[in-house]
Amino acid sequence: MSTYVIETEGLTRTFGKHCAVHDLNLRVPKGCIFGFLGRNGAGKSTTIRMVLGLVKPTRGVARVLGRDSSALQPEDRARIGYLPEGHHVYGWMTVEECGRFQASFYPRWNPDIFHAVLSHFRLDRKNKAGNLSRGQRAGLCLALVLAPEPEVLILDDPALGLDPVARRSLIQSMLYVTRRSDRTILFSSHLLSDVERVADEIAVLDRGVLRASCRLETFRRRVRQFTFRYQGDGPPLPPLPGLLQSFRTEGELSLTLANLDAETEAALRALKVEAFEEVPLSLEDAFISYVGERGEKSFFTRDLEGAKS
Amino acid sequence: MALHFEVVPGSRQPIYLQIEAHIRQAVASGRLQPGDQLPSVRVLAEQLTVNPNTVARAYNELLGEGLVDSHPGRGVFIASRRQTLAREERERRLDEAIRRFLNETAFLDIALPEILRRLETLASEYTNTNRKP
Repeated sequence: MSTYVIETEGLTRTFGKHCAVHDLNLRVPKGCIFGFLGRNGAGKSTTIRMVLGLVKPTRGVARVLGRDSSALQPEDRARIGYLPEGHHVYGWMTVEECGRFQASFYPRWNPDIFHAVLSHFRLDRKNKAGNLSRGQRAGLCLALVLAPEPEVLILDDPALGLDPVARRSLIQSMLYVTRRSDRTILFSSHLLSDVERVADEIAVLDRGVLRASCRLETFRRRVRQFTFRYQGDGPPLPPLPGLLQSFRTEGELSLTLANLDAETEAALRALKVEAFEEVPLSLEDAFISYVGERGEKSFFTRDLEGAKS
Repeated sequence: MALHFEVVPGSRQPIYLQIEAHIRQAVASGRLQPGDQLPSVRVLAEQLTVNPNTVARAYNELLGEGLVDSHPGRGVFIASRRQTLAREERERRLDEAIRRFLNETAFLDIALPEILRRLETLASEYTNTNRKP
Protein backbone atom coordinates (compact mmCIF):
# COMPACT_ATOMS: atom_id res chain seq x y z
CA MET A 1 0.00 0.00 0.00
CA SER A 2 1.42 3.32 -1.07
CA THR A 3 1.98 6.00 1.57
CA TYR A 4 0.95 8.58 -1.03
CA VAL A 5 -2.69 9.46 -0.89
CA ILE A 6 -2.58 11.27 -4.20
CA GLU A 7 -0.14 10.30 -6.91
CA THR A 8 0.20 11.26 -10.55
CA GLU A 9 2.56 9.90 -13.17
CA GLY A 10 3.20 11.76 -16.41
CA LEU A 11 -0.21 13.35 -16.06
CA THR A 12 -0.92 15.46 -19.14
CA ARG A 13 -3.95 17.24 -20.49
CA THR A 14 -4.25 19.27 -23.63
CA PHE A 15 -7.22 21.35 -24.75
CA GLY A 16 -6.82 21.71 -28.51
CA LYS A 17 -3.30 23.02 -29.03
CA HIS A 18 -3.03 24.32 -25.48
CA CYS A 19 -1.24 22.06 -23.02
CA ALA A 20 -2.90 22.76 -19.65
CA VAL A 21 -0.93 20.22 -17.66
CA HIS A 22 2.33 18.74 -18.86
CA ASP A 23 3.89 15.51 -17.63
CA LEU A 24 3.02 16.05 -13.99
CA ASN A 25 4.48 13.80 -11.32
CA LEU A 26 2.93 14.75 -8.03
CA ARG A 27 2.99 12.90 -4.72
CA VAL A 28 0.96 13.87 -1.70
CA PRO A 29 1.94 11.91 1.43
CA LYS A 30 -0.63 10.74 3.95
CA GLY A 31 -1.30 13.10 6.84
CA CYS A 32 0.10 16.08 4.99
CA ILE A 33 -1.35 19.53 4.36
CA PHE A 34 -0.27 20.13 0.81
CA GLY A 35 -0.41 23.61 -0.74
CA PHE A 36 -0.86 23.66 -4.50
CA LEU A 37 0.49 26.95 -5.82
CA GLY A 38 0.59 28.58 -9.20
CA ARG A 39 -0.67 31.62 -11.00
CA ASN A 40 -4.13 31.77 -12.53
CA GLY A 41 -4.29 29.42 -15.48
CA ALA A 42 -1.27 27.39 -14.33
CA GLY A 43 -3.32 24.17 -14.51
CA LYS A 44 -4.16 23.65 -10.83
CA SER A 45 -7.91 23.13 -11.28
CA THR A 46 -7.42 20.89 -14.30
CA THR A 47 -4.99 18.77 -12.28
CA ILE A 48 -7.45 18.56 -9.39
CA ARG A 49 -10.26 17.55 -11.74
CA MET A 50 -8.10 14.82 -13.27
CA VAL A 51 -7.19 13.56 -9.81
CA LEU A 52 -10.92 13.31 -9.05
CA GLY A 53 -11.67 11.57 -12.35
CA LEU A 54 -13.78 14.50 -13.57
CA VAL A 55 -11.49 15.29 -16.50
CA LYS A 56 -9.88 12.57 -18.58
CA PRO A 57 -6.10 12.87 -18.91
CA THR A 58 -4.69 13.06 -22.42
CA ARG A 59 -1.78 10.96 -21.15
CA GLY A 60 -0.57 9.63 -17.85
CA VAL A 61 -2.35 8.45 -14.77
CA ALA A 62 -3.65 9.82 -11.47
CA ARG A 63 -4.41 7.80 -8.36
CA VAL A 64 -6.28 8.66 -5.18
CA LEU A 65 -6.14 6.37 -2.15
CA GLY A 66 -4.35 3.85 -4.35
CA ARG A 67 -7.18 3.73 -6.89
CA ASP A 68 -6.92 4.89 -10.51
CA SER A 69 -8.84 8.16 -10.76
CA SER A 70 -10.66 6.99 -13.89
CA ALA A 71 -12.07 4.00 -11.99
CA LEU A 72 -13.25 5.60 -8.75
CA GLN A 73 -16.31 3.86 -7.28
CA PRO A 74 -18.96 5.52 -5.10
CA GLU A 75 -17.37 3.93 -2.01
CA ASP A 76 -14.02 5.53 -2.97
CA ARG A 77 -15.68 8.89 -3.52
CA ALA A 78 -17.28 8.67 -0.09
CA ARG A 79 -13.74 8.82 1.35
CA ILE A 80 -12.84 11.92 -0.69
CA GLY A 81 -14.07 15.42 0.04
CA TYR A 82 -13.99 17.93 -2.80
CA LEU A 83 -14.66 21.63 -2.48
CA PRO A 84 -14.82 23.03 -6.01
CA GLU A 85 -13.80 26.57 -6.79
CA GLY A 86 -16.48 29.19 -6.20
CA HIS A 87 -18.53 27.76 -3.29
CA HIS A 88 -21.64 26.77 -5.24
CA VAL A 89 -24.81 26.07 -3.29
CA TYR A 90 -28.43 25.35 -4.18
CA GLY A 91 -29.92 28.71 -3.35
CA TRP A 92 -33.53 27.56 -2.87
CA MET A 93 -32.63 25.19 -0.02
CA THR A 94 -32.15 26.22 3.58
CA VAL A 95 -28.81 25.53 5.23
CA GLU A 96 -30.36 22.59 7.08
CA GLU A 97 -31.84 21.17 3.87
CA CYS A 98 -28.47 21.42 2.12
CA GLY A 99 -27.09 19.26 4.92
CA ARG A 100 -29.85 16.66 4.67
CA PHE A 101 -29.55 16.52 0.89
CA GLN A 102 -25.76 16.04 1.05
CA ALA A 103 -26.05 13.50 3.88
CA SER A 104 -28.26 11.26 1.75
CA PHE A 105 -25.30 10.57 -0.56
CA TYR A 106 -22.89 9.47 2.16
CA PRO A 107 -22.85 6.29 4.22
CA ARG A 108 -20.99 8.18 6.92
CA TRP A 109 -22.28 11.58 8.01
CA ASN A 110 -21.34 13.29 11.25
CA PRO A 111 -24.03 15.84 12.14
CA ASP A 112 -21.88 17.13 15.03
CA ILE A 113 -19.17 18.19 12.61
CA PHE A 114 -21.75 19.69 10.25
CA HIS A 115 -23.24 21.82 13.01
CA ALA A 116 -19.88 22.67 14.58
CA VAL A 117 -18.65 24.14 11.29
CA LEU A 118 -21.94 25.99 10.82
CA SER A 119 -21.67 27.61 14.23
CA HIS A 120 -17.96 28.34 13.65
CA PHE A 121 -19.05 30.40 10.65
CA ARG A 122 -22.10 31.72 12.57
CA LEU A 123 -24.65 30.26 10.19
CA ASP A 124 -28.36 30.04 10.88
CA ARG A 125 -29.71 26.65 9.80
CA LYS A 126 -33.04 28.12 8.74
CA ASN A 127 -31.44 30.63 6.38
CA LYS A 128 -31.85 30.16 2.65
CA ALA A 129 -28.52 29.23 1.10
CA GLY A 130 -29.18 31.77 -1.65
CA ASN A 131 -29.21 34.62 0.87
CA LEU A 132 -25.82 33.83 2.43
CA SER A 133 -22.79 36.07 2.11
CA ARG A 134 -19.75 34.76 0.31
CA GLY A 135 -18.01 33.87 3.58
CA GLN A 136 -21.11 32.14 4.93
CA ARG A 137 -21.50 30.20 1.70
CA ALA A 138 -17.90 29.07 2.04
CA GLY A 139 -18.70 27.97 5.59
CA LEU A 140 -21.72 25.98 4.42
CA CYS A 141 -19.69 24.32 1.64
CA LEU A 142 -16.98 23.47 4.13
CA ALA A 143 -19.52 21.99 6.56
CA LEU A 144 -20.96 19.91 3.73
CA VAL A 145 -17.57 18.60 2.69
CA LEU A 146 -16.28 17.92 6.22
CA ALA A 147 -19.33 16.18 7.71
CA PRO A 148 -18.71 12.88 5.87
CA GLU A 149 -15.25 12.84 7.55
CA PRO A 150 -13.33 12.30 4.32
CA GLU A 151 -9.86 10.84 4.48
CA VAL A 152 -8.70 13.07 1.65
CA LEU A 153 -9.83 16.63 1.37
CA ILE A 154 -9.31 18.49 -1.90
CA LEU A 155 -10.03 22.20 -1.72
CA ASP A 156 -9.84 24.24 -4.91
CA ASP A 157 -9.01 27.81 -3.91
CA PRO A 158 -11.17 27.69 -0.77
CA ALA A 159 -10.09 31.14 0.45
CA LEU A 160 -11.10 32.96 -2.73
CA GLY A 161 -13.18 36.00 -1.89
CA LEU A 162 -13.26 35.41 1.87
CA ASP A 163 -12.82 38.15 4.46
CA PRO A 164 -9.97 37.76 7.00
CA VAL A 165 -12.25 36.33 9.71
CA ALA A 166 -13.72 33.68 7.41
CA ARG A 167 -10.23 32.86 6.16
CA ARG A 168 -9.05 32.31 9.71
CA SER A 169 -12.03 30.01 10.33
CA LEU A 170 -11.14 28.10 7.18
CA ILE A 171 -7.54 27.64 8.35
CA GLN A 172 -8.67 26.54 11.78
CA SER A 173 -10.96 23.97 10.17
CA MET A 174 -8.09 22.65 8.05
CA LEU A 175 -5.85 22.31 11.10
CA TYR A 176 -8.69 20.67 13.02
CA VAL A 177 -9.22 18.04 10.32
CA THR A 178 -5.56 17.07 10.26
CA ARG A 179 -5.42 16.54 14.02
CA ARG A 180 -6.01 12.98 12.91
CA SER A 181 -2.76 11.86 11.33
CA ASP A 182 -4.53 9.76 8.70
CA ARG A 183 -6.26 12.80 7.18
CA THR A 184 -4.76 14.54 4.18
CA ILE A 185 -5.52 17.91 2.61
CA LEU A 186 -4.60 19.18 -0.83
CA PHE A 187 -5.55 22.81 -1.33
CA SER A 188 -4.80 25.45 -3.91
CA SER A 189 -4.42 29.07 -2.91
CA HIS A 190 -2.96 32.42 -3.85
CA LEU A 191 -2.81 33.60 -0.26
CA LEU A 192 0.72 32.75 0.64
CA SER A 193 0.50 33.94 4.23
CA ASP A 194 -2.28 31.36 4.75
CA VAL A 195 -0.21 28.74 2.98
CA GLU A 196 2.68 29.56 5.29
CA ARG A 197 0.50 29.02 8.35
CA VAL A 198 -0.75 25.58 7.42
CA ALA A 199 1.17 23.84 4.65
CA ASP A 200 3.71 21.09 5.30
CA GLU A 201 4.57 20.76 1.64
CA ILE A 202 3.99 22.81 -1.46
CA ALA A 203 4.00 22.23 -5.18
CA VAL A 204 4.48 25.05 -7.65
CA LEU A 205 2.83 24.69 -11.02
CA ASP A 206 3.90 27.11 -13.73
CA ARG A 207 2.07 27.04 -17.07
CA GLY A 208 1.22 23.38 -16.70
CA VAL A 209 4.72 22.35 -15.60
CA LEU A 210 5.66 21.33 -12.07
CA ARG A 211 8.54 23.59 -11.04
CA ALA A 212 8.87 22.61 -7.39
CA SER A 213 7.46 20.06 -5.00
CA CYS A 214 9.02 20.00 -1.57
CA ARG A 215 8.61 21.03 2.03
CA LEU A 216 7.65 24.66 2.45
CA GLU A 217 10.87 25.48 4.31
CA THR A 218 12.97 23.78 1.66
CA PHE A 219 11.46 26.05 -0.96
CA ARG A 220 12.24 29.09 1.15
CA ARG A 221 15.81 27.98 1.68
CA ARG A 222 16.36 27.43 -2.02
CA VAL A 223 15.28 30.82 -3.26
CA ARG A 224 17.83 33.34 -2.01
CA GLN A 225 18.54 36.98 -2.56
CA PHE A 226 21.85 38.82 -2.28
CA THR A 227 22.69 42.49 -2.56
CA PHE A 228 26.06 44.03 -3.34
CA ARG A 229 27.23 47.58 -2.98
CA TYR A 230 30.19 48.82 -4.92
CA GLN A 231 31.88 51.86 -6.46
CA GLY A 232 31.89 52.39 -10.21
CA ASP A 233 30.79 49.75 -12.65
CA GLY A 234 30.67 46.88 -10.26
CA PRO A 235 32.54 43.59 -10.29
CA PRO A 236 32.42 41.08 -13.13
CA LEU A 237 29.97 38.36 -12.12
CA PRO A 238 30.67 34.64 -12.28
CA PRO A 239 28.31 32.48 -14.36
CA LEU A 240 25.05 32.28 -12.39
CA PRO A 241 23.02 29.13 -12.95
CA GLY A 242 19.55 29.43 -11.44
CA LEU A 243 19.43 33.21 -11.73
CA LEU A 244 15.80 34.31 -11.32
CA GLN A 245 16.12 38.06 -11.17
CA SER A 246 18.80 40.68 -11.20
CA PHE A 247 18.08 44.24 -10.30
CA ARG A 248 20.66 47.00 -10.65
CA THR A 249 20.52 50.49 -9.26
CA GLU A 250 23.40 52.90 -8.98
CA GLY A 251 26.17 51.28 -6.97
CA GLU A 252 23.97 48.38 -5.99
CA LEU A 253 23.08 45.03 -7.47
CA SER A 254 20.50 42.60 -6.19
CA LEU A 255 20.40 38.98 -7.36
CA THR A 256 17.74 36.37 -6.72
CA LEU A 257 18.82 32.80 -7.35
CA ALA A 258 17.28 29.35 -7.11
CA ASN A 259 19.22 26.28 -5.96
CA LEU A 260 22.46 28.14 -5.49
CA ASP A 261 25.36 25.69 -5.37
CA ALA A 262 28.27 26.04 -2.97
CA GLU A 263 30.74 26.85 -5.75
CA THR A 264 28.71 29.77 -7.12
CA GLU A 265 28.02 31.05 -3.62
CA ALA A 266 31.74 31.02 -2.84
CA ALA A 267 32.42 32.89 -6.10
CA LEU A 268 29.85 35.53 -5.15
CA ARG A 269 31.26 35.93 -1.66
CA ALA A 270 34.74 36.35 -3.09
CA LEU A 271 33.74 39.35 -5.24
CA LYS A 272 35.58 42.52 -4.39
CA VAL A 273 32.73 44.77 -3.28
CA GLU A 274 32.07 47.21 -0.46
CA ALA A 275 29.22 45.29 1.05
CA PHE A 276 27.72 41.89 0.46
CA GLU A 277 24.58 40.84 2.21
CA GLU A 278 22.04 38.05 2.01
CA VAL A 279 18.52 39.41 2.28
CA PRO A 280 15.96 36.95 3.61
CA LEU A 281 12.88 36.68 1.40
CA SER A 282 9.28 36.32 2.45
CA LEU A 283 7.49 33.31 1.01
CA GLU A 284 5.54 35.61 -1.27
CA ASP A 285 8.66 37.35 -2.61
CA ALA A 286 10.33 33.99 -3.12
CA PHE A 287 7.29 32.73 -5.01
CA ILE A 288 7.06 35.83 -7.18
CA SER A 289 10.76 35.64 -8.04
CA TYR A 290 10.35 31.98 -8.82
CA VAL A 291 7.37 32.11 -11.19
CA GLY A 292 7.28 35.77 -12.19
CA GLU A 293 8.72 36.27 -15.62
CA ARG A 294 11.66 38.55 -15.96
CA GLY A 295 10.33 39.66 -19.34
CA GLU A 296 7.08 40.68 -17.77
CA LYS A 297 8.78 42.86 -15.20
CA SER A 298 10.62 44.86 -17.85
CA PHE A 299 7.55 44.98 -20.08
CA PHE A 300 6.23 48.04 -18.34
CA THR A 301 9.39 50.07 -18.73
CA ARG A 302 9.85 49.00 -22.31
CA ASP A 303 6.34 50.10 -23.07
CA LEU A 304 6.93 53.53 -21.59
CA GLU A 305 10.16 53.94 -23.49
CA GLY A 306 8.36 53.00 -26.69
CA ALA A 307 5.75 55.66 -26.04
CA LYS A 308 8.40 58.35 -25.58
CA SER A 309 10.20 57.84 -28.85
CA MET B 1 2.42 28.16 31.15
CA ALA B 2 0.88 30.55 28.67
CA LEU B 3 2.94 32.38 26.12
CA HIS B 4 1.42 35.52 24.75
CA PHE B 5 2.56 36.40 21.31
CA GLU B 6 1.48 36.32 17.69
CA VAL B 7 3.31 35.13 14.63
CA VAL B 8 3.37 37.17 11.46
CA PRO B 9 3.13 35.07 8.32
CA GLY B 10 4.32 36.76 5.17
CA SER B 11 7.37 38.20 6.90
CA ARG B 12 10.97 37.59 5.97
CA GLN B 13 11.38 35.43 9.04
CA PRO B 14 9.85 31.94 8.79
CA ILE B 15 7.20 31.20 11.43
CA TYR B 16 9.27 28.56 13.25
CA LEU B 17 12.08 31.09 13.70
CA GLN B 18 9.61 33.64 15.05
CA ILE B 19 8.45 31.11 17.65
CA GLU B 20 12.04 30.31 18.58
CA ALA B 21 12.87 34.01 18.87
CA HIS B 22 9.92 34.66 21.19
CA ILE B 23 10.83 31.86 23.53
CA ARG B 24 14.51 32.79 23.50
CA GLN B 25 13.62 36.37 24.30
CA ALA B 26 11.29 35.31 27.12
CA VAL B 27 14.11 33.26 28.62
CA ALA B 28 16.69 36.00 28.17
CA SER B 29 14.48 38.57 29.88
CA GLY B 30 13.59 36.21 32.73
CA ARG B 31 9.89 35.98 31.90
CA LEU B 32 10.47 32.26 31.48
CA GLN B 33 12.57 30.63 34.19
CA PRO B 34 14.30 27.26 34.27
CA GLY B 35 11.72 24.61 35.09
CA ASP B 36 8.82 26.53 33.53
CA GLN B 37 6.70 24.38 31.29
CA LEU B 38 6.00 25.37 27.70
CA PRO B 39 2.56 24.80 26.20
CA SER B 40 2.23 21.55 24.32
CA VAL B 41 2.87 21.62 20.59
CA ARG B 42 -0.84 21.16 19.93
CA VAL B 43 -1.93 23.94 22.27
CA LEU B 44 0.57 26.48 20.98
CA ALA B 45 -0.24 25.55 17.36
CA GLU B 46 -3.91 26.17 18.07
CA GLN B 47 -3.21 29.42 19.86
CA LEU B 48 -1.10 30.71 16.96
CA THR B 49 -3.23 29.08 14.23
CA VAL B 50 -0.27 27.38 12.62
CA ASN B 51 0.63 23.88 11.57
CA PRO B 52 1.68 21.83 14.66
CA ASN B 53 4.75 20.65 12.75
CA THR B 54 5.95 24.25 12.66
CA VAL B 55 5.77 24.49 16.45
CA ALA B 56 7.39 21.08 16.79
CA ARG B 57 10.22 22.25 14.59
CA ALA B 58 10.82 25.32 16.75
CA TYR B 59 10.80 23.17 19.91
CA ASN B 60 13.22 20.73 18.33
CA GLU B 61 15.66 23.48 17.46
CA LEU B 62 15.52 24.79 21.02
CA LEU B 63 15.94 21.26 22.31
CA GLY B 64 19.03 20.88 20.13
CA GLU B 65 20.48 24.06 21.58
CA GLY B 66 19.79 22.88 25.12
CA LEU B 67 17.49 25.80 25.88
CA VAL B 68 14.62 23.44 26.69
CA ASP B 69 14.35 19.87 27.97
CA SER B 70 11.76 17.37 26.88
CA HIS B 71 10.37 14.89 29.37
CA PRO B 72 8.31 12.37 27.39
CA GLY B 73 4.79 12.19 28.74
CA ARG B 74 5.22 15.31 30.87
CA GLY B 75 6.06 18.02 28.39
CA VAL B 76 8.69 20.54 27.41
CA PHE B 77 10.43 22.66 30.04
CA ILE B 78 12.90 25.53 30.10
CA ALA B 79 16.27 23.98 30.85
CA SER B 80 18.60 25.16 33.54
CA ARG B 81 21.26 27.20 31.82
CA ARG B 82 24.13 25.39 30.33
CA GLN B 83 26.08 26.00 27.23
CA THR B 84 25.92 23.40 24.50
CA LEU B 85 27.22 25.46 21.60
CA ALA B 86 30.89 25.50 20.76
CA ARG B 87 32.76 28.70 21.46
CA GLU B 88 33.21 29.39 17.74
CA GLU B 89 29.53 29.01 17.04
CA ARG B 90 28.67 31.31 19.91
CA GLU B 91 31.06 33.92 18.57
CA ARG B 92 29.63 33.57 15.10
CA ARG B 93 26.10 34.13 16.41
CA LEU B 94 27.23 37.05 18.49
CA ASP B 95 28.79 38.73 15.45
CA GLU B 96 25.65 38.07 13.46
CA ALA B 97 23.47 39.66 16.15
CA ILE B 98 25.82 42.63 16.44
CA ARG B 99 25.70 43.17 12.69
CA ARG B 100 21.92 43.16 12.74
CA PHE B 101 22.02 45.64 15.59
CA LEU B 102 24.49 47.90 13.78
CA ASN B 103 22.45 47.80 10.57
CA GLU B 104 19.42 49.05 12.45
CA THR B 105 21.17 51.74 14.45
CA ALA B 106 23.74 53.11 12.01
CA PHE B 107 21.46 55.82 10.65
CA LEU B 108 20.60 57.20 14.09
CA ASP B 109 23.87 59.13 14.29
CA ILE B 110 24.54 58.29 17.89
CA ALA B 111 28.19 57.94 18.84
CA LEU B 112 29.51 54.55 19.82
CA PRO B 113 30.37 55.43 23.47
CA GLU B 114 26.78 56.42 24.09
CA ILE B 115 25.51 53.28 22.40
CA LEU B 116 27.75 51.19 24.61
CA ARG B 117 26.58 53.00 27.73
CA ARG B 118 22.95 52.37 26.85
CA LEU B 119 23.71 48.78 25.99
CA GLU B 120 25.06 48.25 29.50
CA THR B 121 22.06 49.91 31.11
CA LEU B 122 19.58 47.81 29.16
CA ALA B 123 21.57 44.62 29.61
CA SER B 124 21.29 44.99 33.38
CA GLU B 125 17.52 44.63 33.00
CA TYR B 126 17.99 41.10 31.70
CA THR B 127 17.96 39.28 35.00
CA ASN B 128 18.42 35.77 33.81
CA THR B 129 21.86 36.18 32.35
CA ASN B 130 24.92 34.65 33.86
CA ARG B 131 27.27 37.01 32.14
CA LYS B 132 30.18 37.99 34.28
CA PRO B 133 30.55 41.70 35.00
